[in-house]
Amino acid sequence: MKRRNFLSLSAGAAAATGLAACGSSGPADTSKDSAGGDAASYWFLSGPPGEPIRQGAVDRFNKANAANQIKVTTFQNDTYKDKLKTALGAGQAPSMIWGWGGGGLKSYVDAGQVDDLTAWFGQNAAVKDRLFKSSFGPATIDGKIYAMPCETVQPIIMLYNKEAFEKAGVQNPPQSWAELMSLVPKFNEKGIAPFSLAGQSRWTNMMWLEFLFDRIGGPEVFNAAYAGQKDAWSNPAAIDGLTKIQELINAKGFVKGFSSVTADSNADQALLYRGKAAMMLHGSWSYGIIKADGGNFIKDGKLGFFNFPAVDGGKGDPTNTVGNAGQYLSIYSKASEHQKETAKKFFASLLDDTEQQGWIESGGVPIIQGSNSKLAASPDKDFLNAIYDIASKAGNFAQSWDQALSPTAAEALLDNISKLFQLQISPKQFADNMNQVIGK
Amino acid sequence: MTIAPPVVRTAPPAASRGARSVSVSWMAWPALFAFTVFGIVPLFGVLVLSFSSWNGLSPNIPFTGLDSWRSVLNDPDLPHALWVTFLIMALSWLAQTPISILLGVFIASHQRYRNWLAVLYFVPLLLSQAAIAITYKALLDPNFGLGAGLGWGFLQQDWLGESKLAVGVVIFVVSWQWIPFHSLIYQGGIRQIPASMYEAAEIDGAGRVRKFFSITLPQLKYTIITSSTLMVVGSLTFFDLIYVLTAGGPGDATRALAVDMYQRGFKANLMGPASVIAVILVLVGLGLALLLRRLGGRDAAESQLEGA
Repeated sequence: MKRRNFLSLSAGAAAATGLAACGSSGPADTSKDSAGGDAASYWFLSGPPGEPIRQGAVDRFNKANAANQIKVTTFQNDTYKDKLKTALGAGQAPSMIWGWGGGGLKSYVDAGQVDDLTAWFGQNAAVKDRLFKSSFGPATIDGKIYAMPCETVQPIIMLYNKEAFEKAGVQNPPQSWAELMSLVPKFNEKGIAPFSLAGQSRWTNMMWLEFLFDRIGGPEVFNAAYAGQKDAWSNPAAIDGLTKIQELINAKGFVKGFSSVTADSNADQALLYRGKAAMMLHGSWSYGIIKADGGNFIKDGKLGFFNFPAVDGGKGDPTNTVGNAGQYLSIYSKASEHQKETAKKFFASLLDDTEQQGWIESGGVPIIQGSNSKLAASPDKDFLNAIYDIASKAGNFAQSWDQALSPTAAEALLDNISKLFQLQISPKQFADNMNQVIGK
Repeated sequence: MTIAPPVVRTAPPAASRGARSVSVSWMAWPALFAFTVFGIVPLFGVLVLSFSSWNGLSPNIPFTGLDSWRSVLNDPDLPHALWVTFLIMALSWLAQTPISILLGVFIASHQRYRNWLAVLYFVPLLLSQAAIAITYKALLDPNFGLGAGLGWGFLQQDWLGESKLAVGVVIFVVSWQWIPFHSLIYQGGIRQIPASMYEAAEIDGAGRVRKFFSITLPQLKYTIITSSTLMVVGSLTFFDLIYVLTAGGPGDATRALAVDMYQRGFKANLMGPASVIAVILVLVGLGLALLLRRLGGRDAAESQLEGA
């Protein structure tokens, strides 16, 4: 009987360990099984508008360089980071690591997983000098450059539905936080949600706090927490920002059920262009999504946009912005020499005229100096010029918090943000919880 | 239950028994091998990692003794995750067991239309948990879901955005998926009950309800234990469903142990504490499986047909 007991017991345990074990079964991408024999592998995010443009850049490169081939694999946004982490831990990461720079890149640097590109940029000044200076911020760790900035600059902006504004009898977008709060009941009366929000994705909620902290207390508030200053989250400006967001939630400022909406399904964008919500704070990449999914919404001139309003009495410069100063490609330190060479060649080929045109058509501003000269011919020139201006004239271009912080602190941050938006914790509890992970 | 006559166990002769067990033991080797490689070895890996503070990226693993254990056991999130896990376990057991038994009774008899229905009931089991979760998420969307589409007010709740409703939805979806499986187990169990017992009861004048409570339920004792073990231990591993449906939210309302483990390990790069939680999961699973076997008496595998 004993043995049978053991076996059936272990069957139960197998279910539990099976789960524990599945974590380590990462993707086994050896990147050596393509026709070229030693192709460099490149993983990036799937879905419009980026996927066809990235694919196009790779296709052109592969065509022009018979000896240096690149093999691509695509992933959804939220799964990509996890998959990459597993692959890095298992020593099977792609030769080129696509990412957002900042804290995530730093954790790869600390683990010795990516190559230092400072010398390469020194030898190839032409590659470096054509890009926005600000785009190198998140690529630089302790004074060394570990990633090639690429693609587009993506500040976070407020988008609005002009038709919904008309219905509610609102003339102009709000210029201040007080004005914004006064619009909330006006939209709610008409059955239109004031703000769309994909709350389940958590980083969407975070964008609100990034701007409130900045407008109330300036960039110093978050920088103090980033620099590891003790009790930085208890700064009165931080508490004020946290309180203001809970006031907005209590005033029914966000769409009903926002905490079950996810950004990956673009449901938050749909709420805006279908007129169920009047405004939305989101990355500038939303424009491309709305253009692709929203039918004639943009063509009919219904989309408006503005920079996050000032908070009355706040210290922050209202031209400041937050977002992605670029996207980043690093080279995996365990890639073969040939793969590394392919990657560097590919880096130098990035953002050619065709790719720039692709990004501009998708509603993005390439991180190339003077790319605004190309914008005038675009049907989206109003939006693109606005983005170019916001990005180039910003008093301070801050990186998204979850990208800037270490993954450990970022996860704690997102977790607490979701509780804050659920009104599960008070601003003070939020600050206490976050103070505990400072420097981790 | 009717009074059982004393059971006389006749042990087979020792020699033949020994010979038989030698001849068949090799049949267990492939399964045992797979289980060792994919079950036992990772389990020890996890145990070892729980004494480290590995970040999941770095090639060298720093061992820091009991640090990870201390940080997890002092974390106020742990009791909450345990509570959520047990809540989902208890409520999903309560929801599934009665319905499964009744459905099992219904599909156990041999009419043709019931056989057809049995096949239909089986369909949810064929779908992957992730697909089910994505479908329910779309159906329950407060702005674009079923409720909004049909204009039915009571369906337009914030199903996944309110703590209590979200837990309810998780339990509903779990039950929806697994009731067919457990009905099938019960169907098998019921068909094993000798018809003679029911005939005897009918002669004694027992009605349908009386027969159910006096014959079917007691005879199903071991089937109930088997099915409950599967439900209870299985509920510890609900990860994909919860993760896709609510990602542990709203706030941390559905953050069960398995989800908590994933968030710590793969989102926060804390493989040490995540391994601690994995070990806790295994211990809880083993403990529960043991407990349920004890409930079934010392020898759950013995015949249930005594007295038949």
